[in-house]
Amino acid sequence: MPNPFSVTTNDDDNLSIISLEGAVDAHTAPQFETAVQSAIDAGHNKIIVDCEKMSYISSAGLGVFMCFIEEVRDEGGDIKICGLTDKVKQPFEILGFESLYDFCPDVGSAKSRFADASAVPGGAA
Amino acid sequence: MEAIERKFMLKVPSSTENLALIREFVGSIAQQSGFDTSDIGKLELAIDEACANVIEHAYGHDISKEVIIRATLDDETLRIDVEDTGRGFDPKLIKQEELEQLVNKRRSGGLGMRLMKTLMDEVHYEIEPGKKNELHMVKKLRKT
Repeated sequence: MPNPFSVTTNDDDNLSIISLEGAVDAHTAPQFETAVQSAIDAGHNKIIVDCEKMSYISSAGLGVFMCFIEEVRDEGGDIKICGLTDKVKQPFEILGFESLYDFCPDVGSAKSRFADASAVPGGAA
Repeated sequence: MEAIERKFMLKVPSSTENLALIREFVGSIAQQSGFDTSDIGKLELAIDEACANVIEHAYGHDISKEVIIRATLDDETLRIDVEDTGRGFDPKLIKQEELEQLVNKRRSGGLGMRLMKTLMDEVHYEIEPGKKNELHMVKKLRKT
């Protein structure tokens, strides 16, 4: 039974870009969690999660965003969610993620958002 | 004339590895039944949440146990029943905390049931302590 999933991390200056591909469910979410934890352990608190190639997400995957957001914000960083397709937006909307998370159309705009925040003295990421 | 029911069943070992198979089982039946893409997505997510709860909480990832999924289809509804013989719980004691509260507590759980209740038209549990637990969910077929 195919369950294609991959998570890749690329560091770009002081940002960590985590790209998800395939289905993020209770089986695969631990790999996503490990990737976020590794980025934080490496000193990155500005994290972009690229969901452009993510085909599905359940609450197990959404839980990873919830687990780390306070930790990175406490350190002056953020987790920005980008590239969500219409197919996977629904669970984020049902649970009200828009009120707590910064959504960007793509990785480029998420990087700009971080850069803009850094340019403002004392500005939040 | 009485509606003809069609019944389908899937029995899988209690492992999260099988969640993709479970989603495909329910998604295929929903597609065959005429549900639109949006509702098929809702059904797949609801059954995933239901079975992930069983695998993780009722069975504690014990792969020797089985999760049984039954789908019953008639002209107007798709009913999905999930059966397990694991540790039961009182659904009334599950707190529906807001996202902000969960984030503040750095807790990532507690969202599955809220999703199921939003995605499906009916959701209810039948818990027989020490015997079996059943979750019943219904999705109405929207006529176009």
